[in-house]
Amino acid sequence: MKSWTFAVKRLAYSGVSLLGLSILIFVIARVLPGDPARLALGPRAPQSVVEALRLQLHLNDPVYTQYFYWLRGIFTGDWGIALFTQRNVLIDVSDFLPATIELILFAAIIDLVIAVPLGLAAGRRANSIVDNGVRVLSYVGIAVPSFVVAILLQLFLGYGTHLFPLIGRISQNVVPPTQITGLYTLDALLTGNPGAFADSVWHLILPAFALALGPIAQEARIMRSSVVENLDKDFTLSEVSHGLPERTITFKYLMKPSLIPTITIYALDISAQIANAFLIETIFIWPGFSKYGLNAMLSKDLNAIVAVVMVAGVMFVIANILVDLVVGYLDPRIRLQRRTEE
Amino acid sequence: MKSSRTLREVYGRYWYKFSKNDLSIVGLACIAGVVLIALLAQWISPYPASAGLYVNFGNAGAAPSASHIFGTDQNGRDILSRVFFGFRYSLMLVAVVLSVTVAPGVVLGLVAGYYVNRWFSAVIMRLADIFVAVPPLLLALSVASVLTPSAINAMLAVSLAWWPWYTRLVYSSASSIRNEDFVRAAELVGASRWHIMFKEILPNNLGSVLTKVTLDCGWVILIGASLSFVGLGAQAPTPDLGTMIAEGSAYLPGQWWISIFPALAIVVVILGFNLLGDGINDMFASGVA
Repeated sequence: MKSWTFAVKRLAYSGVSLLGLSILIFVIARVLPGDPARLALGPRAPQSVVEALRLQLHLNDPVYTQYFYWLRGIFTGDWGIALFTQRNVLIDVSDFLPATIELILFAAIIDLVIAVPLGLAAGRRANSIVDNGVRVLSYVGIAVPSFVVAILLQLFLGYGTHLFPLIGRISQNVVPPTQITGLYTLDALLTGNPGAFADSVWHLILPAFALALGPIAQEARIMRSSVVENLDKDFTLSEVSHGLPERTITFKYLMKPSLIPTITIYALDISAQIANAFLIETIFIWPGFSKYGLNAMLSKDLNAIVAVVMVAGVMFVIANILVDLVVGYLDPRIRLQRRTEE
Repeated sequence: MKSSRTLREVYGRYWYKFSKNDLSIVGLACIAGVVLIALLAQWISPYPASAGLYVNFGNAGAAPSASHIFGTDQNGRDILSRVFFGFRYSLMLVAVVLSVTVAPGVVLGLVAGYYVNRWFSAVIMRLADIFVAVPPLLLALSVASVLTPSAINAMLAVSLAWWPWYTRLVYSSASSIRNEDFVRAAELVGASRWHIMFKEILPNNLGSVLTKVTLDCGWVILIGASLSFVGLGAQAPTPDLGTMIAEGSAYLPGQWWISIFPALAIVVVILGFNLLGDGINDMFASGVA
């Protein structure tokens, strides 16, 4: 149970950071020249109408009063109106978020499924073909920006061979599954719609892989080096001298401790994906939260920008806490250490 | 460092450790080449006019050829020349961002780490926490978006997202080094606080800071390119690699050269900085002096 109190503590701590961040963005946005009411109504609206909207949006009050109104709205479900969709930002976010969560989850699965075996194989057989492949991959993954990967994938696998669709979440001639979670693949499975499932997975592959390539490279490299490190440890030596089969050593005793540093970096990478998704969703015209956020940014829609940053921050916090819990599960020593610290 | 060993010998050892790995040399060569090209862009570009507002629609979207090795873009500008000038902007971004973030970040971390029990240490570190509460790219995007999009504001936005990482790096090591015997000894003989922070504690962090600086060069370029890719960075007609990729992607797949060559250029720069950074990391990994 102790790890839960630890998580709650972290949550409270991060909440304070996020509050600070909201003040920062709010202040930067509000002290800048430019009248949000004028921006919303356009240059032709009469001054009296603009004044009325200013009054309604509390724009004549000092910044700290405005901030208080905004904060109260956040907790009561009134996130303000996004000027470019003319809807409550909360409704917009809940509409667009599932598509992005689905994309990031897919990228996360691809990342783990490819990187862990690759790193394990590379570490087990140092200087083999796999090992050298991982080394090259790790440099490619670091040096090629995700938006370049996306463009290359579109060029070769989309335009060139027509193996994968170029844009969107689902083909136009396929009816999206009935909305339950908003994740097309999950909804299709829940409603028993194999056609929609296959089609949305098919649409997910390129954008998810574009997001995942960088993290795959990073995780494979870290997995490799921690496998190499653990191969030298006494426990491995004793397993070998007891004559345990190589397979058992690799998958039962070598994998678990090697996963700890890998999972830590993995989680950081996954939680940072919400930012990378801004570019990937633009390239693949993915109707998600990040594309919404980018539209808000390009049209300077303050309510929506602040909300997008906050939601991304909350997701970042949750991912980091989850990691702490998983790492604590993988390594009892870390769990114990936390207990003694408290 | 013992005084019996000359400075020349010490540098020689560093260079030996650095040059043992061929990849470090490749990285150094890449970056030296890019810096040279950026400095000499005006003179070595085949068509220097292409860096500006020049248009030549008669020759727009021409495929790579002997006269235009990388082809021409949608306005008929020579892409090779624009890539050369694009290096300038990328390197300038790195230079500005790191020169305005590293020093304040390090000093704040040093102060917060040495005075770890005082109230302002907590203030500094909580302030740093605020700036790392979201991924750096997202913070930079949101700050750049509320400002007017321009090269300078993009630099400002990236800088705001950058300093806390140095503060945290130096803080964590300074707060433990302050308990070492040599710091206690300096305190006992009455050394000033500035002496202790900058002459006793800081030198122990220089290796890790320098390694982070070189590895960060690649990251800063990546984030800067991402900002320009979505239109929140340098504005037209500035030859910026991220903007060039974004504009060129509209002409895929037919005129692939408009976006692919700038993309390759950016890969070379980021790869170069990473190889160089790894080399410097190895150099400091275990003490040489």
